[in-house]
Amino acid sequence: MLSELDKRIIRELQEGLPLVSRPYQALADRLNLGEDELLARIKDFIDRGVIRRFGAAVRHQDLGFVANAMVVWPVPEERLEEVGTLLAGFDKVSHCYARPAHPPGWPYNLFTMIHGQTEQECRRIAARLAAACGVENYRLLFSSAELKKSSMKYFLGE
Amino acid sequence: MSLDSTDKQLLNMVQAGLPLVPEPYRELADKLGISEKETLSRLKRLCDTGVIRRLGAIFDSRRVGYSGTLCALKVPVERINEVAAVVNSFPGVTHNYLREHDYNMWFTLLVPSPEKLHRTIEEIKSRTGISDLLMLPATRIFKIRVNFDLAEE
Repeated sequence: MLSELDKRIIRELQEGLPLVSRPYQALADRLNLGEDELLARIKDFIDRGVIRRFGAAVRHQDLGFVANAMVVWPVPEERLEEVGTLLAGFDKVSHCYARPAHPPGWPYNLFTMIHGQTEQECRRIAARLAAACGVENYRLLFSSAELKKSSMKYFLGE
Repeated sequence: MSLDSTDKQLLNMVQAGLPLVPEPYRELADKLGISEKETLSRLKRLCDTGVIRRLGAIFDSRRVGYSGTLCALKVPVERINEVAAVVNSFPGVTHNYLREHDYNMWFTLLVPSPEKLHRTIEEIKSRTGISDLLMLPATRIFKIRVNFDLAEE
């Protein structure tokens, strides 16, 4: 699905956009492409969804969003689509995914990430979500330590 | 680090997207009413201090052809550092957090193929000696949002 040239472009792009006046030209030079051609390829990646977003990723902890909670919900299978769509619509929910439950130890099949200034605020947000969707027995899992956070590097050492 | 209002505006703009034009930083500078040089030095400072983790392309790992899953591991408290060192040594482990639950170690794993995914999981179990591991791949994505609005104080 991806050509060798696509992979070469991804390898360069994942190093980040250079902080120079003509950053696409600088990357294109390394790839032996024209600046126009590289820009066209990036737009094509965006159209195909290979690039989800072309912008900055920030550390939200540094911006005052210090508490983040993974809120997990045991949703009846027949309500999963409805509840997932509903919770995704809340501004305070940044991520919302369905994942397989592993009962009895792990009965939760819907995962939401919420961000607040404090743990207390996260709890209030979760209670509002619960009231909206009518799913009880949800749990908040706060992160107590970040053990690793890195950007994925694709197509290295293959 | 402290951010002034120009930093915040700039962060909002670059989170929304970098212009796909030959001189993207000049375009941002013009919108902010500052010079390109100042825009570049502000961005450099935001990158150097880690406020910006990454500038440019954020890939959809599935569309790139990779397979991934969230994993939850039940680690005895006294073994956390040792197990974290093993788990984090895999390059496909991009995020790893401790969370308050019996399943206390939560990490994401990305690898080039589904076969490699299962091999890597087995390797993690065998090298940590912990078999109580939940594989939690996303089966449906309802939302991914990564922008944080800094406009309002």
